[in-house]
Amino acid sequence: MGRKLLLEKAHVEGIRTYDVYRREGGYASVEKALKNMSPDQVTEEVKKSGLRGRGGAGFPTGMKWSFLAKPEGVPRYLVCNADESEPGTFKDRYLMEFIPHLLIEGLIVASYALGSSRTYIYIRGEYAWIPDILEQAIAEANANGWLGKNILGTGFDCQIYVQRGAGAYICGEETALIESLEGKRGNPRIKPPFPAVKGLWDCPTVVNNVETLAAVVPIINLGGEEYVKIGVGKSTGTKLISACGNINKPGVYEIDMTISVEEFIYSDEYCGGVPNGKKLKACIPGGSSVPILPANLLFKTAKGDTRMMNYESLSDGGFATGTMMGSGGFIVLDEDQCVVRHTLTLARFYRHESCGQCSPCREGTGWMEKILKNIEYGKGKMSDIDLLWDIQRKIEGNTICPLGDAAAWPVAAAIRHFRDEFEWHVLNPVESQQRNFGLAHYADPRPVPATA
Amino acid sequence: MAEEKKLFKVTIDNITIDVEPGTSILNAARMIGGDVAPPAMCYYSKLKGSGGKCRTCLVEVAAGSTADPRPMPKLVASCRTNVMDGMVVKNITSERVIDARAGVVEFLLLNHPLDCPICDQAGECHLQDLGYDHGKEGTRYEFGRRTFHKHDLGPYIQLHMTRCILCYRCVFTADQLTNKRVHGVLDRGDHAEIATYIEKSLDNDFIGNVIDVCPVGALTDKTFRFKNRVWFLKPVDAHRDCPKCSGKVTLWNRGDEVYRVTARKDQWGEVEDWICNECRFDKKLTSDWVIEGPTKVSRQSVISQGHYVGVKRPKETLGEVLEGRKPRLLMDIHDVSEVNKPNIELSKIAGPAHSDDFSKK
Repeated sequence: MGRKLLLEKAHVEGIRTYDVYRREGGYASVEKALKNMSPDQVTEEVKKSGLRGRGGAGFPTGMKWSFLAKPEGVPRYLVCNADESEPGTFKDRYLMEFIPHLLIEGLIVASYALGSSRTYIYIRGEYAWIPDILEQAIAEANANGWLGKNILGTGFDCQIYVQRGAGAYICGEETALIESLEGKRGNPRIKPPFPAVKGLWDCPTVVNNVETLAAVVPIINLGGEEYVKIGVGKSTGTKLISACGNINKPGVYEIDMTISVEEFIYSDEYCGGVPNGKKLKACIPGGSSVPILPANLLFKTAKGDTRMMNYESLSDGGFATGTMMGSGGFIVLDEDQCVVRHTLTLARFYRHESCGQCSPCREGTGWMEKILKNIEYGKGKMSDIDLLWDIQRKIEGNTICPLGDAAAWPVAAAIRHFRDEFEWHVLNPVESQQRNFGLAHYADPRPVPATA
Repeated sequence: MAEEKKLFKVTIDNITIDVEPGTSILNAARMIGGDVAPPAMCYYSKLKGSGGKCRTCLVEVAAGSTADPRPMPKLVASCRTNVMDGMVVKNITSERVIDARAGVVEFLLLNHPLDCPICDQAGECHLQDLGYDHGKEGTRYEFGRRTFHKHDLGPYIQLHMTRCILCYRCVFTADQLTNKRVHGVLDRGDHAEIATYIEKSLDNDFIGNVIDVCPVGALTDKTFRFKNRVWFLKPVDAHRDCPKCSGKVTLWNRGDEVYRVTARKDQWGEVEDWICNECRFDKKLTSDWVIEGPTKVSRQSVISQGHYVGVKRPKETLGEVLEGRKPRLLMDIHDVSEVNKPNIELSKIAGPAHSDDFSKK
């Protein structure tokens, strides 16, 4: 059983309320940080912990904090990115719904480290009931002196505000989020300047994911050195994985990055295997944007090593034979699932969520969706598959924000690994409407290249 | 303080130039000029915050600077990336750029209606130029092109949303030139559109400039709509004393008739001086203006056809021949014939004349 840091107390009755949370040792990190540490020491501790952004990109959080410009007389802001809208990802929702005080606690410590006296939580519009939970937690923290003026007599002021989004996936991109928070249309900004220099209201800003900020609490409580010991290599600490799809036990799991993918899917502690004795066909381990992997590449890397649930091992082999940790939206597909249909679903999502600001993404996402629709419904041509490849290639890397890449990668990976299935759809237009391609060879062991 | 300013040395397509710090790659390339300057569909040097959206100006940065000569991994938007000392940029010498640009042109034309034959912008359309310079002759798109619900923007400006490439220039123009912006981008993604949402008309002063900044035929002059093709018109520079704007304009004439008034544009198709609505929409008589001379038109432009410099008008000789006498009416046919029914005044008939108007009875 892996070590739990975030969800350890998640099942204590009434943990959502302040009294229970405090009784279980809550807000200890605020006391420790504000009374015994300077803001720079907190940042240093986060740096030492090796914590990586849990929103998807995996950028070291301590480094991000140290990039924050600190000009005199200019306010700095911390913004919590709770606009969790990636299909397959629902870990932040769980955290905010059941242990809101953990996030508030992490936010206070992070605000102290960054010198932000006005901190925002930008929450996804569809999470309509969660702002109430958070605001109740904030009110309780205020009432007990953890927020407001002169917290714990240290002279540090901090207030947290909750802002609801209006239902746009793109507002999870940090600069679009800032635009939206300022009350504008949620279009991503062109970088540079980066938010660390010019963010919210042109002031230095740090935008962090909910889980990242919650992870600050155990880091301060344990100390950075202790936190590094959990996990492996550069994948330190624990990670929340929201597992869904064809598994027996969908849900949010906290892993310490030392278990293998196979174990995660089949052990009873986690996903509990694929239902109805079906075989596993493919998996997207990090939320809809990351490349899909067939079963044979999921459990073993191209080199023949066991693939583990951590940043390095999941991305082993690059995009050719690997994928990414992403935001931890673990989607499992069994042998009855159609990869073409699945790719179409994702393409439709990205077409719908593109902000329309830059041309490759605005036009390309819609084009890909239309072609995929043709292939899925038996009207495709062989050349369409190459055309799709060419379109995704021309979107990737040429857009303002990563949504273009996120739209291109799933299509690229599907064609890379499941080209047979696309071709089968084209060659068997009638049959493809009646049955699925099935598992085919996607779970067969791959030949491992001999090493000297 | 005669302190010498430090200039940045930047190499674009193997041509080195010294520019002031803070110059964008695009502007540095424009200083070199010619083919080195990347095309720009959304960037407008006179509009703050514009650029970065269309992605036609993508270039490859082969070396970031002298201090950090690593290449940039992605292509960058040259209009929004500033030069660094010792930067090496590849525009038309980079395969990647050519390939990406061809992709962007294809994307921009994907849903464009290609209704150039009936579009007022034809002949001065940046998307047409871009298509000719960087596009392929065919399209790989096999689906219906998108359409929009029509919006009426009032008496001055005609909106054709299907032609729009969402460059946001008109939004910046309205923000930065007029007292109040009433239009903007609604919706998102491929169904994003320019509109006013509550069907307001665009009639703030200086709003007419959105017509000039629009790179395509999405926003055109309603007072000029379908009146003439730009290449049949003769652009002349003219000015008038205008209390609101500089009054420096280009008149688009045919004979002595002023068909259209626009701001003067430079070689990059950008407006030199913004002009007010009165100059643009209301002053359409030659007598309103002081003519300065023919506008310089690029040799590449279709407008340069039929555009002759130094043409002299033939002398009117009738007055001389008649020695000052007015031509005299010899006979009014209606005095002697009823065949044309002079009792029916044509100007009083509503609509075109019909046989009912000339009934035998």
